[in-house]
Amino acid sequence: MLSILKLISFIGLLMTVVPSFLVFSGLMELNFHKTLMLIGTLLWFFTAPFWMNRQEQPQN
Amino acid sequence: MKKKLTQQLDSIDEYEREPIPQSKLKGIKSFVGMYAGEHVAGTEFVIGPLFVIHGVSASDLFMGLLAGNLLAILSWALLCAPIAVKARLTLYYQLEKICGRYLVSGYNIVNALMFCFLAGSMIAVSATAVGIPFDIAMPDLNDWYPNSAGWIITVLCVGIVITAVAILGYEQISRFANVCAPWMVLVFIAAAFAVMPRLGITSLGNFWEVAQAKIWTGVPAEGYSKFTFCHVMFFAWFANMAMHIGMADLSILRYAKKWQYGFSSATGMFVGHFMAWIASGILCAAANGDVAPGPIAYNSAGIAGVICVIIAGWTTANPTIYRAGLAIQSIIPQVRRWKVTLMVGLVTTIAAFFPALVMRLLDFVALYGLVLMPMGAIIFIDFYIIPKLGLRSNYASETNSPFNIAAAVTWIATLFFCLFLNFYQGVDIFFLGLPGWFIAAALYIIMSKLYQRKTTVQPQTELSADTLNSVKY
Repeated sequence: MLSILKLISFIGLLMTVVPSFLVFSGLMELNFHKTLMLIGTLLWFFTAPFWMNRQEQPQN
Repeated sequence: MKKKLTQQLDSIDEYEREPIPQSKLKGIKSFVGMYAGEHVAGTEFVIGPLFVIHGVSASDLFMGLLAGNLLAILSWALLCAPIAVKARLTLYYQLEKICGRYLVSGYNIVNALMFCFLAGSMIAVSATAVGIPFDIAMPDLNDWYPNSAGWIITVLCVGIVITAVAILGYEQISRFANVCAPWMVLVFIAAAFAVMPRLGITSLGNFWEVAQAKIWTGVPAEGYSKFTFCHVMFFAWFANMAMHIGMADLSILRYAKKWQYGFSSATGMFVGHFMAWIASGILCAAANGDVAPGPIAYNSAGIAGVICVIIAGWTTANPTIYRAGLAIQSIIPQVRRWKVTLMVGLVTTIAAFFPALVMRLLDFVALYGLVLMPMGAIIFIDFYIIPKLGLRSNYASETNSPFNIAAAVTWIATLFFCLFLNFYQGVDIFFLGLPGWFIAAALYIIMSKLYQRKTTVQPQTELSADTLNSVKY
């Protein structure tokens, strides 16, 4: 289950950043990139909190 | 709920007045992640555009950021981290041992005020994004005062939410910030790449040519001073001066197994203060010189960009308000922490009404580091030099003095000297940190010699460079 969540999170990050490279290369419209970025953002935030924060951070 | 909150707050106070035990030390991964996350903040959306507005040239920007960030990393690794892993004390306790509790209270008030203004700028950054769906008129470069009722209401709403969360859910927000960090970094990269074609950058080959002609042109906006390589380098070096040279990160790096972990700050510097500042500068140029973070992020990344600006401001304003509350609470411990945080949140929100805090962010960040820097110099000298001169380290704790006059005079005189250089010699605020550090160091040595000679002290073994150098960790 955790692996699937991580995979979805990773896909979310890819959808956040890869479309911008396609816009840069002239292969995608800016508005479509914005939509894909939003979907990627939602995928990330709905999955990442379930597997991140397992390691302790140094306290201030 | 109340019990849980008390437990949370108590856990943050852990080891505040004793060295960190070996069993609580952290590996390098914790520091790499923390620095990367902490230095991709809402203010990064403002600093990049302000470099553009100040007319820095492309080569000055890139070289200045490289040099300045490298110096910042070295400051963390060579000044702050070695003391942190030898003493393993918080900044506040280390200072209290040197300066006495009254002077530390003064330091805490100044620190809390600075935190309030810093958090205020972050609230204002978030408000520029929250206002977009309501079509609120955003402040522009020349607005120092609130420009509309809509702006005040937006800031007030953001401030209320952030303050409430700072009171109720600090730890959850801290965890949430960790989740946001990798995504935020990618939003900066993606937003910049997406708008490059609009500026005429169609391949990496013509990036430099267009960057010089359309982004970092070397021509400042009207009414703004021209920035050079030195401005960029010193700003990048001293943007976190309070943390490295000012020693605030003693509180964090005391958890490090080795002093070399200070180099992990490289992640924060080269992701947050190199990549993100360059990216936000590109966004500003693509938005025809607009500097309001919300609109420029929406322009390039749509709703995801707006979310990024809100989260970037929110996740960094929250711990800042919380830390300001802690600093004030240490002075008035009888007042409940939630009341103090509420008061701090109110001051912060009022500060955020004024767009000047965002539009003059570079000056404020430089001032913030400068004001706290002398205390870092005092700690450094007290740790390494004072014992070698036959004087006593941790003078206040050794003599049970609540107020170390040598430290107080050093702090105030250094700031007056820097003010003098700024007002009467015309030295820019970005350049004052370096001479200021040497002045503070020399003054503290001279004042300690004069002050300690007059006072009878009881012999006592305490933490100092000489005693601690013999201890293996």
